[in-house]
Amino acid sequence: MRFMLLFSRQGKLRLQKWYTATAERDKKKMVRELMQIVLARKPKMCSFLEWRDLKIVYKRYASLYFCCAIEEQDNELITLEVIHRFVELLDKYFGSVCELDIIFNFEKAYFILDEFLMGGEIQDTSKKSVLKAIEQADLLQEEDESPRSVLEEMGLA
Amino acid sequence: MSDVVEKTLTALPGLLSLDSQPGSNKLSSNSKLRNLIRGITELTSKHEEEKLIQRELTSIKEQVSSPNTSMRQMKELMVRAIYCEMLGYEASFSYIHAIKLAQQGTALEKRVGYLAVSLFLNESHELLLLLVNTVLKDLQSTNLIEVCMALTVVGQMFPKDMIPAILPLVEEKLNHPKEIIRRKAVLALYKFYLIAPNQVQHIHNKFRKALCDKDPGVMTASLHIYLQLIEENPEGYKDLTTSFVTILKQVVGGKLPMDFNYHSVPAPWLQIQLLRILCLLGKNDQSTSEIMYEVLDESLRRAEINHNITYAILFECVKCIYTIHPKSELLEKAAKCIGNFVLSPKINLKYLGLKALTYVVQQDPKLALQHQMTIIECLDHPDLIIKRETLELLFRITNAQNVTVIVDKMLEFLRINKDDYTTIDLVGKTMSTVFSVGGDTMQPDIPNSFLKLLSEGFDSVEEDRKLRLFAVDSYVSLLQGEPGKLPQRFLQVISWVLGEYSCLRADLEVDTVLRLLAKLLDMKTTSSETKSWVLMAMTKLCEGGAGVSVARGVSETYSSSLDTVLRQRAQELQHLSQDPELRARVLPRHTGLEPLEVDSSLSFLDGFVSEALAAGAAPYKPPHQRQEELAQAKSLSLEPYGLSLPLSMSSCSITDRQSPTLLSISSGLSGNSNDLSHKGGSSSLRLDGVKRVWGREGYLAQREPAEESAHVEVPSTLRSPSQQGRADGSHSQTPTHTPTPELEKQQLASSLFVGLGSHSSVCLMGKSEPTPQRFRRKARSPASSSGASENISHSLVSPPITVDTLVCNNLLDSHITSEPDVSPLEQTPPLSQGLAAANGSCDEELPDSDVKGSSPSLIGDDALVAADPAPHEEPPKDLLLSSYLPAELSGLSHSEITPLSSDQSLDLSACHVQKEGDLVLVVFIYNSSDSDIQQILLELDSEELEVSCECDGAVGGARGHSVAVCQYSLSVKRPSVHVELVGTVSYQFPVGTPQSGQFSYKLPLSSFIRPLTLSTEEYGTMWLDFSHDTKQNLTLISDDPEPLAASLSVLKNKLQLHVVEIIGMEGIVACRLLQDQPCLMHCRLHAGTLAVWLRSPVPDLPDCLMYFCQRALQEH
Repeated sequence: MRFMLLFSRQGKLRLQKWYTATAERDKKKMVRELMQIVLARKPKMCSFLEWRDLKIVYKRYASLYFCCAIEEQDNELITLEVIHRFVELLDKYFGSVCELDIIFNFEKAYFILDEFLMGGEIQDTSKKSVLKAIEQADLLQEEDESPRSVLEEMGLA
Repeated sequence: MSDVVEKTLTALPGLLSLDSQPGSNKLSSNSKLRNLIRGITELTSKHEEEKLIQRELTSIKEQVSSPNTSMRQMKELMVRAIYCEMLGYEASFSYIHAIKLAQQGTALEKRVGYLAVSLFLNESHELLLLLVNTVLKDLQSTNLIEVCMALTVVGQMFPKDMIPAILPLVEEKLNHPKEIIRRKAVLALYKFYLIAPNQVQHIHNKFRKALCDKDPGVMTASLHIYLQLIEENPEGYKDLTTSFVTILKQVVGGKLPMDFNYHSVPAPWLQIQLLRILCLLGKNDQSTSEIMYEVLDESLRRAEINHNITYAILFECVKCIYTIHPKSELLEKAAKCIGNFVLSPKINLKYLGLKALTYVVQQDPKLALQHQMTIIECLDHPDLIIKRETLELLFRITNAQNVTVIVDKMLEFLRINKDDYTTIDLVGKTMSTVFSVGGDTMQPDIPNSFLKLLSEGFDSVEEDRKLRLFAVDSYVSLLQGEPGKLPQRFLQVISWVLGEYSCLRADLEVDTVLRLLAKLLDMKTTSSETKSWVLMAMTKLCEGGAGVSVARGVSETYSSSLDTVLRQRAQELQHLSQDPELRARVLPRHTGLEPLEVDSSLSFLDGFVSEALAAGAAPYKPPHQRQEELAQAKSLSLEPYGLSLPLSMSSCSITDRQSPTLLSISSGLSGNSNDLSHKGGSSSLRLDGVKRVWGREGYLAQREPAEESAHVEVPSTLRSPSQQGRADGSHSQTPTHTPTPELEKQQLASSLFVGLGSHSSVCLMGKSEPTPQRFRRKARSPASSSGASENISHSLVSPPITVDTLVCNNLLDSHITSEPDVSPLEQTPPLSQGLAAANGSCDEELPDSDVKGSSPSLIGDDALVAADPAPHEEPPKDLLLSSYLPAELSGLSHSEITPLSSDQSLDLSACHVQKEGDLVLVVFIYNSSDSDIQQILLELDSEELEVSCECDGAVGGARGHSVAVCQYSLSVKRPSVHVELVGTVSYQFPVGTPQSGQFSYKLPLSSFIRPLTLSTEEYGTMWLDFSHDTKQNLTLISDDPEPLAASLSVLKNKLQLHVVEIIGMEGIVACRLLQDQPCLMHCRLHAGTLAVWLRSPVPDLPDCLMYFCQRALQEH
């Protein structure tokens, strides 16, 4: 996978992860172009696009578009499932995830993504073990902040 | 983490709002981030957002550089900085602090630090060097989480040159007891392999260890590396094939822990990865392929659940099966699988199906044939992506026969699609490949459209530039190859493009291009038309320097050419190359598309003309006048001289920046009769003195009958047997009762898929019905109905059909219908005679019947009538109306034409025509007024009948005193002795109120009865299955020695029943009601009467049929 973008229906970028070195300027241009293309597509249309030399796989969940760029030989359908699994992970972690969760806790979403995909390849397909890894790291944080852990518990419960 | 303590410390006003928000704790840790986000959502303009973010960034900047900022605060600041960057604002001042945070923070802060680094920087950023030590330290940490973080960031990015520094540590992790660490280490190594393959060459054996890891997750991770390795060197890893096959078998067999299941499919990611690897290993290698056949078969079989993920596996499987050494059994299954994709209602699967087809179509063109109708549908799909993929597929099946259709479709697509990459890609491919395939058989307007596309371009200058550059690049390399093999038409395009756009390539020497072009001139195969294109391109190019010498050489050679056009070009080249000033004036560079003003009256020549006239020259006569004069004089044709004038005219204007073909077409227009005659050579000569009878659309109206009969023969003699065969083939696959849109699709299909597979397979594709009615006229679409009546009269005689015109009509005007119809002479008579008899009987039903003969000999008469439409005095009589019967029906017998309704301006009449598989109602609409009616709407309805219109209800218009015809296909919904249609006609004159009228049309059920051929055994089994029956004793024909046989033959002739068998005193008979509702009859001689027993699955059908049998026998 070359990159993954999350953006809202209004065209606001919510998350971006680039797996190959890309210049900042190009990133911006690509994000803008892709958002335009994807947002213009109608609901019943195909989830796959060919764009530049890449294949784009996108899927809309509520108000959020998840959009992956993959290479020629990659499998589109499985990429849709990558997106779906990521959504499942977010959902499990946040407890019926909504766009706001991702906006306000975007760094958490990044952590989950990093635990799920590494270097653009799927790293762990098991929902359980991804979340276990995240929780362990979160625990570490809590230990770290033990004085306020009660508040934390309430906040994260 | 809602950092309340910190909030208090920093005493930010945001604190209050944080507390007052219910559930705010749940939402986020970082109240400043929250405030920022809130703030942004409240803004109304981009400008305000910019101001707010800049303010935010300034504040972040101040705080990060303050020595008093704690790591915890730093973490929070970093999150905000990341957010600002995501919004598109640069926060580069924070990069160094992100590294510091990763370095100095505790686990929690470190994680954000690493995240910030991985989001801010990419692997070539110099600051990244500062991270190396941190990573080194963390890799050695005893804290697993820290090791994980380090590996994660390494897998995301790491400075290439520093890989050796950490490689040993990462390698070491391959032996780590925790599988999560091993897995991350493998993926980090994979990343290293991607960015710096040489750095990890020495540890390939370690990869093998990872492949054998007891944890399937680690093993899966190692496959990423193997996929890369094998892709680069498949030979080196053949020995692993068995291992991969074994792993896949285990996975497919469900041997992995449940944890690896995804929606109850075992480890789909792993399966796909393995399939991809097998695909690489088995490619062009029979023995390796054989190892994997079994597991591939198993994979196909196991993937049953209807879920995306199974389709993902199937898709990969199919790809693999088609890539490795073929095994027919597997290919068959894979083809079926592709079929499932293509036919799936899910658009994603359909897309992949098309993709798969594209992938396999060269190996297996029949597969595309199987799905041709789906492909045609996809061609009009509202989603451009599907459309594009379909074109890609068509592009792969392009051959000399279908190239025109495909190119046309592509151009159509390009016109509506502005996506630059797609366009360049598609145009590029099309231009090169399609031109070389299609070559000279192409219609001249195709290259013209291309050039137009190139020169007019798209919306953006940049795209145009790219496209043109692409063209120049690919053409230069083509010319450097073997240009001798390229078709002339393509060479012309190349010359034009190079002449026009090679200056876009700054590094391309004009000299080089000129030499390449000159090479074309030297080739024996280059036609003189092409040569003149080349010379023109050279004229545009030669701009001082070395070019001039090339130009001089060339122009010297050709200025003595026998070809006047070439000589002219050579002269131009010579003069212009030597006179840069004149050249700049005649051929200004970079003028782009400024419209040229053409003095079409050639007024600047007035002086010259008057001088010439004064000197005694003959006044100019336009070519047609000259031709007429020549014809009248019946002298020998002096055509070459006649033609020379338009030619030299075109050569005058050809030098401007337009494509010469446009002009050469116009000069060729005078002979636009029939393409075949052109091939004969000097077609224009032959046409002289002969009136033009055949136009592009077919036979031209208002000719004397004598001429007609002379020309009816033309098509068959002109067509070569093979062409005829092909034309027949492509037509015979058209089922006669298909509604129009379907029909158009099928015609498109037949033109798209010609030349794929053998001829017979083409026929098979179109689910052809063996009807004697071979050709069918397309119903008129509203657009073309203005000429409807003319077309009808033409269609009675068949125009010459050549494959060329067929193809071109299908492709270019598939929506305009005036498609050449085929001679009724080719229709085979048996059916129509049978029908005539049947109509006879049904005419008896209608007392005032006026049976129209139906033997082929009458067609000639019809044609005579048609040729002289004379509709100006009074409404056409029955005889006249019958001449408006569509051609494909004219050979069949029809019922009397009965008037339906009439008012001051419209007269409606109708008749029905029995075809073997269909009953066609033909409605004639005669416009008796002087003015044209733009739009006539016919609506038919019936309780007993299913009415399907072949012209969408709208007949279009009818001109004053002319007839429009509308066809409906009828079938029975509910049997009744007589079935009735009620209809409304509504129309409107250009000025005036809308008018409407009602009518009804009644026809006997017997018109829908057709013989049903079956064997006695079949009869036997069916008989028992049918539930509706009736019995009656009917009058026997007693004056015959064999009363049973005689009675049955009367029934057979009058009602079109099929006599299955006569056994002694009993007879069994079968028929069907259109379309396919059987009715069986059993008769027995009983006490001087015929005891008839009728059975059918359709209620009321036996009763109705009994009625008709009774009538038939009584009336005998």
